[in-house]
Amino acid sequence: LPLTCSKQWSVNTVRRGPSTGLTDEQKEFQKVAFDFAANEMAPHMAEWDQNEIFPVETMRKAAQLGFGGIYVRPEVGGSGLSRLDTSIIFEALSTGCTSTTAYISIHNMCAWMIDTFGSNELREKFCPDLCSMEKFASYCLTEPGSGSDAASLLTSAKLQGDHYVLNGSKAFISGGGDTDVYVVMCRTGGKGPKGISCVVVEKGTPGLSFGKKEKKVGWNSQPTRAVIFEDCAVPVTNRLGSEGQGFNIAMKGLNGGRINIASCSLGAAHASVLLARDHISVRKQFGETLSNSQFLQFKLAEMATRLVASRLLVRQAALALQEDRPDAVSLCSMAKLFATDECFSICNQALQMHGGYGYLKDYAVQQFVRDIRVHQILEGTNEVMRMIIARDLLTES
Amino acid sequence: MAARVLVGVKRVIDYAVKIRVKPDNTGVVTDGVKHSMNPFCEIAVEEAVRLKEKKLVKEVVAVSCGPQQVQETIRTALAMGADRGIHVEVSGKDYDSLGPLQVSKILAALAKKEEASLIILGKQAIDDDCNQTGQMTAALLDWPQGTFASEVAVEGDKLKVIREVDGGLETIKINLPAVVTADLRLNTPRYATLPNIMKAKKKKITNVKPGDLGVDLTSRLEVLRVDEPPQRQAGVKVETVEDLVGKLKEAGRI
Repeated sequence: LPLTCSKQWSVNTVRRGPSTGLTDEQKEFQKVAFDFAANEMAPHMAEWDQNEIFPVETMRKAAQLGFGGIYVRPEVGGSGLSRLDTSIIFEALSTGCTSTTAYISIHNMCAWMIDTFGSNELREKFCPDLCSMEKFASYCLTEPGSGSDAASLLTSAKLQGDHYVLNGSKAFISGGGDTDVYVVMCRTGGKGPKGISCVVVEKGTPGLSFGKKEKKVGWNSQPTRAVIFEDCAVPVTNRLGSEGQGFNIAMKGLNGGRINIASCSLGAAHASVLLARDHISVRKQFGETLSNSQFLQFKLAEMATRLVASRLLVRQAALALQEDRPDAVSLCSMAKLFATDECFSICNQALQMHGGYGYLKDYAVQQFVRDIRVHQILEGTNEVMRMIIARDLLTES
Repeated sequence: MAARVLVGVKRVIDYAVKIRVKPDNTGVVTDGVKHSMNPFCEIAVEEAVRLKEKKLVKEVVAVSCGPQQVQETIRTALAMGADRGIHVEVSGKDYDSLGPLQVSKILAALAKKEEASLIILGKQAIDDDCNQTGQMTAALLDWPQGTFASEVAVEGDKLKVIREVDGGLETIKINLPAVVTADLRLNTPRYATLPNIMKAKKKKITNVKPGDLGVDLTSRLEVLRVDEPPQRQAGVKVETVEDLVGKLKEAGRI
């Protein structure tokens, strides 16, 4: 059996990190998430990765517990929780399978966008099914020609009667092809961000097709495909917010998305630190366990310290976002930048501590490394995070 | 059918924790150690909630005895679907010496006070493994008992209980009011859902003192010493079956 997390992980929450400073209610949320991760996800994470399985049934079980629309409003089926509650939950779920949790977080982001910016008709049409994961969602912003320069996107949406006709393609779409609801940023107006609108496109709409499934280093429990629009007609009533508001909506979605992705990195790093600790406590060389080596003790201490620092920053960013503070966008960018970088380094060092075993797929640590590597790239590269932070610092207020 | 079910839930050290004996050998280390609801108590709560969902029971009341921290355990029961909780306040030395005899007296008194007609408990706690509280509670109330239940069904004003015993499965029919203790295969407890955890916050937990129930907490037992189990000794390899039989006879095993 692969050495994945077991229920053991939640045991350490009392003394270290994840549950300190939480309310009783948050500890309950965390407990459910940890238990679900240990029982329903961890035993399968290797299989999902190796066989590229999109675990629909498991995600629907998670949705039954309220994980499908964690910060979506209850009247449309969501759990109505805060961004901090959400961060705690994704961090815990991620210890079971980081790739699947990351997809669940993207799904949540889309559900929130429809809940927040959609008309009541749209909310009532899509949110209940998304919250129960009867239907799955994808976030479509990136294109072959516009990644970091997202506002230069080219997918056009020409108004024809009471429909927008979409033409163009999106790249690297998580869930693409297997999901049912696509939240698409497209150009209804002139150049730049102010010409962009956001529309909801359902699978099965004529003119909507998908590229081949990408072969990835990690995130293999979610399919990634190009999403192609060829004279794809979408009702105007499927637009979120007003024309020209789409880029703003996309960025607001990503603020939360960045906290979520950072939280997934925290979970992977937490699991990896415990895996490394357990391994060096057992592995013997030169007549004693590796845990007697001061170098490894110090390395482990540094890893744990950076993990706690990352966690504090992510949780502060979550608080700032839910309180709508002026520094929220900058903090979310800082949290995403810092936590994804630090946690990748932590997971990588945890792999190193496993020696040769760390390189074998029988051991979970390599999957955490592979799965969180992409967190430094998507939802805004860590370079773009620096752009946002610098702009905030240099702008005269 | 039974209007009110009492479910006892015990806060114990989490099953995944590596237990350590205190240096003074008076007990095990509990400070800073992860605690959770006794797994058999979870099964008991789940059964009670299922009875309520089948509309065979009107109200599920979760009870726990101990210091402030046991309220976490009661909240978990509320998040699983119990309607309200009762926290019987016991702390300090009284809590250290709290055992099945005291708890069963408390449960019996509460059952009368709350006019409960069914008590469901876990068959035993994973810390002391006593397997006595259900039986003692039934005796104090002079109620029938269905212990080690792997299945419970309501048949009119009686309960059919299938018990897991050494010889296999025994089916009994008992009158209500009754005490049932849950065994492992009775059910698989549900995860608390996020909405239910939030609803649990609004559910009431009342505080009660053992004295108010007329219960004397004096223990009849004194723990003299707690030690770790002996270290596992190395084994011996033998060449033949005859050698094996010889060694077993030497060790007085056969």
